[in-house]
Amino acid sequence: MSTKKPARKAPAKPAKKSATKSVKKPAKKPAKKPVTRAAAKPVTKSAARGQAIDAVRSVNELMAYAYALEAEAAERYAEFAEVMEAHNNREVAELFRKLARIEHKHGEQILEEMGWTRPPKPPSTGYRWETPEGPETGDVTDLHYLMQPYHALRIALHNEKRAEKFFSSLARKATVASVRKAAIEFTEEETEHVRLIEEWISRTPKPADDWALDPDPPAYND
Amino acid sequence: MSAAQATAAEKPARTAADFKSDYKPIWCPGCGDYSVLSSFTKAFALLELAPEKVAVVSGIGCSSRIPAYTSCYGFHGVHGRSLAAATGLKLARPDLTVVVASGDGDGYSIGGNHFLHACRRNADLTYVVMDNHVYGMTKGQPSPTTEPDWDSKLSPGGTGLRSFNPLVIALAAGANFVARAFAGDPNGTAEILAEAMRTPGFSFVEVMSPCVTFRPEQREWKSHVRPAPVKPTDDSALAARRLMTDDGFNIGVLYKGDRTPYQPPMGKGRKTPADLEKGFSL
Amino acid sequence: MTKSEERPGRHSVSVAITGSGGAGVMTAGNMLLEAAAQAGWYGLMVRSSGPQIRGGEAAALLRLATHPVNSLDDTCDVLVAVDWQNVHRFADEIPLGAQSVIVGDPDQGEPPEVYLKSGARYGKLAMKATAKSIPGSWPNMLALGVAAGLVGVPFDAVKAVVGKSLKKSEALAASIAAVEAGMKAAADLGGAARLAPPVARTGAHWLLTGNQAAGFGAIRGGVRFVAAYPITPATELLEYMAPALTQVGGVLVQAEDELASINMIIGASYGGVPALTATAGPGLSLMVEALGLAVAAEVPIVVVDVMRGGPSTGIPAKSEQSDLSMAVSGLHGDAPRVVLAPNSIADCVTTTQWAVHLAEQMQVPAIVLSDQFFGQARAVVERPADEPHAAKRATVGANAEGYKRYALTESGISPMSIPGTPGVTYTADGLEHTERGIPSSQATDHRNQLAKRERKLSQADYSRHWADVEGEGEIAVVTFGSSTGPVREALARAKADGLNVRLVSMRLLAPAQPERMAEALRGVKRVLVVEQNWGGQLHRYLRSDFDLPGEVRSFRQPGPLPIRPAALHRELVEWSRA
Repeated sequence: MSTKKPARKAPAKPAKKSATKSVKKPAKKPAKKPVTRAAAKPVTKSAARGQAIDAVRSVNELMAYAYALEAEAAERYAEFAEVMEAHNNREVAELFRKLARIEHKHGEQILEEMGWTRPPKPPSTGYRWETPEGPETGDVTDLHYLMQPYHALRIALHNEKRAEKFFSSLARKATVASVRKAAIEFTEEETEHVRLIEEWISRTPKPADDWALDPDPPAYND
Repeated sequence: MSAAQATAAEKPARTAADFKSDYKPIWCPGCGDYSVLSSFTKAFALLELAPEKVAVVSGIGCSSRIPAYTSCYGFHGVHGRSLAAATGLKLARPDLTVVVASGDGDGYSIGGNHFLHACRRNADLTYVVMDNHVYGMTKGQPSPTTEPDWDSKLSPGGTGLRSFNPLVIALAAGANFVARAFAGDPNGTAEILAEAMRTPGFSFVEVMSPCVTFRPEQREWKSHVRPAPVKPTDDSALAARRLMTDDGFNIGVLYKGDRTPYQPPMGKGRKTPADLEKGFSL
Repeated sequence: MTKSEERPGRHSVSVAITGSGGAGVMTAGNMLLEAAAQAGWYGLMVRSSGPQIRGGEAAALLRLATHPVNSLDDTCDVLVAVDWQNVHRFADEIPLGAQSVIVGDPDQGEPPEVYLKSGARYGKLAMKATAKSIPGSWPNMLALGVAAGLVGVPFDAVKAVVGKSLKKSEALAASIAAVEAGMKAAADLGGAARLAPPVARTGAHWLLTGNQAAGFGAIRGGVRFVAAYPITPATELLEYMAPALTQVGGVLVQAEDELASINMIIGASYGGVPALTATAGPGLSLMVEALGLAVAAEVPIVVVDVMRGGPSTGIPAKSEQSDLSMAVSGLHGDAPRVVLAPNSIADCVTTTQWAVHLAEQMQVPAIVLSDQFFGQARAVVERPADEPHAAKRATVGANAEGYKRYALTESGISPMSIPGTPGVTYTADGLEHTERGIPSSQATDHRNQLAKRERKLSQADYSRHWADVEGEGEIAVVTFGSSTGPVREALARAKADGLNVRLVSMRLLAPAQPERMAEALRGVKRVLVVEQNWGGQLHRYLRSDFDLPGEVRSFRQPGPLPIRPAALHRELVEWSRA
């Protein structure tokens, strides 16, 4: 999967939204309700992690985020590969290893572009994603020991879409023109990744309805 | 590079990876415990601990497999007694950081009594219970935190028993630090674990960690959890009221007290057995 | 009642002081023992009481002698009863004879028929009234004086002990006066067995209980961490160790139950600190699972079982030797461990110390089978010799290349990594494991580890201490623990009659030493196995794990009563003639 080089080259297309920062007004605090034992209304993931990043103030900072995003995704795919390997699902393990390599390459490209000889230091408060982890980082609970390449790619697709949303949200919030431009470019790149994965999926056989069927019960070991 | 080889000036900061061993977990793909393991290692790195100075003590169950997956000292004991083994270790070796890993069965059923007394005793331990509301290792029986209407082979139609509320019980029994975490947020959990470890005394962290095999519906937890809408309090009555009335999805440090940890003076006496003999002499 | 006649001194006299409702007989008994000890005699005292916590009937049973004693005698020479309320319950434990003397308070009623029918002489002394006439004094001080006077413990010795106990209080003068009055009454009563003069003692001597001895032995051996749950009759061992440990830099923690106790000491020992707990039968039952963990994970610990009447709650305040089977074979799986039994009160020091040493050396649990008799008996003993047994664990240094915690060494002992040591971290596990400690269900790993855990015990050298083998003869007595005391006395009497009987008192019960036993019984044609339990647990164990020569007989008597030397003597004489 190829990736375009970011920022420096062609000028970015003007963003669709207006140049002024569109800041969401904070919603009115709801009146205090007694919290009952029953589950409260589900909330979106974005609020699960605390304050999301409001705006990136420099291209440097943006690039650090972009790098971290790719690096974390790569690390997570590598972990997934190990888990699937340990559970005898070689095919999916190999696919995750491939995804890990791709993300790793994306990260390397960012380093090269920025002339960084080593990964940037994370901000002292950590990266403030809108999600509990980086937007391209897979959720381990989405794995299944019998999962098929199709499922793995759907995870990848979900990740790329979230990354796309992340950069487009950054682009919206950006107050610095160069940052906005870079964010838009990244958004477009992620869009391209989305397309590529979708295309990959179209080449991948859909699992049968009984893909999760295992005639054997779970094994006791302790 | 080992600590022995690095000089003080060039000692590299440890990363989470330094705390992982080579052994591949037997947990089902999709298990929340993978994230908890990651949180442990991140917390250890955050606190700049040395692997040889950390001991992870566990009992029996899926979550109790965790010690061997770290590069720290580990103790995989018998079912329900991890707090006792950990207490003995910490009191005898106050220089070590002792973390206890357990599950809802190991910790709240067979381990219930030790749980009460560990909270009361307030030794400087961090107790992490990976709660998935089921006995995973033995193929899916209800645990003390299982919902009363959950159907299973050993309790068809559900147990009909009210779920155990470990956070309130911990508070009532005297735990000095009470927090709830969610495996789906490994970074947040790592921060909570680090704070728990930093806080002297008995720190209790309940981690909601979904079981993909026996409770696949728990994948929905990620849609329900939220950061607790209140700040941690040192008012135990207030904390108790909140914990008795929340819906179980508030994540964060919920109570943080300032009790002095229990640690009898190990290694402080100067007498010898010859001195003791005088007590018997005619 | 005739005046005191000159009688030849006896090498051993037995005294019982009884009473109820706060009469203070235990205090009086302890003072008598101390006075005799300070005056140069040996002796021991055991206590017996009703089930009440306060105000119950109580009996202090003493034996004073010119030589070390480790058991009670066959009969009681003097019974001083402050009152008779429910004291008949002690009748089995206070065997009187025609030569015995009973001193009772006529205002408290007649002695129970069960005591009078022995033919013992009854002397009256109005203890309560007399005590009342000495303001500030107590009847038990009178009883103390009477008892001391009758058996010949000098007033000065008693006075010194009372003085030390009461110090400069108002009660002191009154108490001394009461003792004096008692001694005067004894002179008038007379007719009791009197002690022969004490034999000059050489070397240091101690006055202590078996529980204290075991606790001290553990500290001598290197124990510095104890976690325990109180249980009769082990609690005093813990009460001794709590302050003693603190003084030497150790710690005692009261755990919430025995399950916590045993797991705590395993945790502490895993951390590198020699650790111990003490309990009784019911507690040991609870600890069985974790004992297996210590075996499998190769963590050294010492568990002192102060045996009492079983099964289940049984008879908590009485002695029995009925936990042997559980100790040697009560764990699930093939789980070899060390089982030891001290065979005298002084031996509680040495054997417990040895237990620590063996446990640490072989990284295994060691169970020490003491019992209520030893545990709660207070005795004058010769100071146990210093032994080199000290905790010495094989450990590994930092960053050892390719370290394997459970490496298959020739001795079976693998150097242990102590937490805090860099580069050699491992996870201890109850699961069967590889040499590296990784859980394994492979056949070779299981065999290797099973063989290793057995080998490390079987290859150790127990030659010096495994048993006390004494005497010659074609009849031998095999026994263990507190039964050794009455056996030794019976054998001494038999020898005096010209009957030579060999003794094998086993100190090491597991791992079994069949070759050593065969050597010890060479030439023996008849073996009498003596033990204080109903089921013949030692007898069964010997028949299953050892080869015994010739004829084998089992002498078994369960608690609550002690085995008396005369019963054993009779048995041996009878058998020798058969």
